[in-house]
Amino acid sequence: MRREVILTTRDLKAGYGGKPVLQGVDFTVRHGEIVAVIGRNGVGKSTLMKALIGLLPTNSGSILFNDAPIEALPASKRARLGIGYVPQGRDVFPRMTVEENLKVGVQIRGTAGPEDFERIYTAFPILKERRTQRAGTLSGGQQQQLAIGRVMISSPALVLLDEPSEGIQPSIVQDISRTIRAMNEATGVTIVFVEQNLDMIRATAQRCYVMDKGRIVAEIAAHDLDDRDAVRRYLAV
Amino acid sequence: MDALGAIFASLYQFGDAFAFLVLSACGLAIIFGMMGVINLAHGEFIMCGAYVTVMANRAGLPLPVAVLAGAVVAGAIGVLVERLVIRHLYARPLDTIVATWGISLIATQGTLIVLGSTMTGVGTPLGSFELAGNSYSTYRLVLMGSAVAVLVLLYLFFNKTRFGVLARATIQVPHMAEALGVDTRLIYAMTFGIGAGLAGLTGGLYAPTMTMVPTMGTTFIMEAFVTVVVGGADVFLGTAPAAAALAIVKASLTSWYGQLFGQIGLLIAVILVIRLLPRGVSGFLLRERA
Repeated sequence: MRREVILTTRDLKAGYGGKPVLQGVDFTVRHGEIVAVIGRNGVGKSTLMKALIGLLPTNSGSILFNDAPIEALPASKRARLGIGYVPQGRDVFPRMTVEENLKVGVQIRGTAGPEDFERIYTAFPILKERRTQRAGTLSGGQQQQLAIGRVMISSPALVLLDEPSEGIQPSIVQDISRTIRAMNEATGVTIVFVEQNLDMIRATAQRCYVMDKGRIVAEIAAHDLDDRDAVRRYLAV
Repeated sequence: MDALGAIFASLYQFGDAFAFLVLSACGLAIIFGMMGVINLAHGEFIMCGAYVTVMANRAGLPLPVAVLAGAVVAGAIGVLVERLVIRHLYARPLDTIVATWGISLIATQGTLIVLGSTMTGVGTPLGSFELAGNSYSTYRLVLMGSAVAVLVLLYLFFNKTRFGVLARATIQVPHMAEALGVDTRLIYAMTFGIGAGLAGLTGGLYAPTMTMVPTMGTTFIMEAFVTVVVGGADVFLGTAPAAAALAIVKASLTSWYGQLFGQIGLLIAVILVIRLLPRGVSGFLLRERA
């Protein structure tokens, strides 16, 4: 089955101030896929995520979401079209409770019922336990779960995750990987994630794009992900 | 004078000082705490509220409605100022000081040119009452009640309403709120409008007790800035306790040594707080909690 394309970039260029980081990124993601973007530090993976959600302006090139160009839209409009973003470092609202953080996530939908919160609390039971606690007091892993729950509660079509395993203990990394796959199976949500952790990539992704010097330089199919040496080779390009 | 009368007199003085500090500062505190903008035109929003209240009242509106009209007009002007000026300066916070100072000068001089150097005010309503041989203004009790009501309503507004939750999210991590679909530009415009509207409300509430001159806003400015500096960036953890503490300083010094020493006491208090708690009371409380 050949699925519809949800996200395409064409010769996407973006950067900070006058310094270009993305030098022309071309890649395509289909509905319901789980795709990893890998590469060494500083090749532009996080920059790509920020350019896709709109926190960084596009200098040239285009981003198509469900065939419509979105590169000129502000981040809040892109979010309203159904793109969720989980940044590196999580960025939970530290002085708000877990529940209030989820409320911010669900507001795009206008009306939200208790069942929306229940859905997230079922996927992440720790969030239910801590729901009246300030998000700033949670551990790194709990904050990561909250950041994922905060975008999933609005039922987005596409979620961008920036290094979900960073700074999190291995057992929680496995939990997060399992939850991402379970949510993908249950709702068909498309996932694009940036990652350095090989275990996380192998356990979660169906295919990978390899980035180097601001471009996509290779694609690895799902079955090659089990070949650790091949993946390592790309990470050490 | 019996002991009960003395206690009431002290409480009344404290309440009066507390109300003045809270009402002077809350609009400034919201704009500073939530947006990081130091609004030097705060006093002119207060003046605007006072002028609109007096004009509306003399045009026949009952005083409470006229006060609300003053708040609404000041708030609307606040939204306009945010859209036309402040919005373009978020990346340059120091420049907002210069810009709002300019707005303050234009507003004061403009009012002077258009409406003249004084305007007939409205009398203080509700008369006075006597207790243990002293006479008290009943309207001052209304002001105390208003200060408490403003604090309670602000707390409910920022914690229980959808807008309040989104505003706090925007203030804490702006780019993340934006990435979650929050229209942060609208939030900033509304927040500035609410701060200006509160200043207008303060002007309206105090209008019946003051002489109507274009520079009347400066009466509030010193107290407003002292309270915000002592309180820090959080309205509830900062402004309210700071106003309470400063009200004790001000009320006791004023009743023992007179008005001037009350003001000097406030300034000494703020100097001490800057030395001991550089991020204000709320900065101290938030660090202790984290």
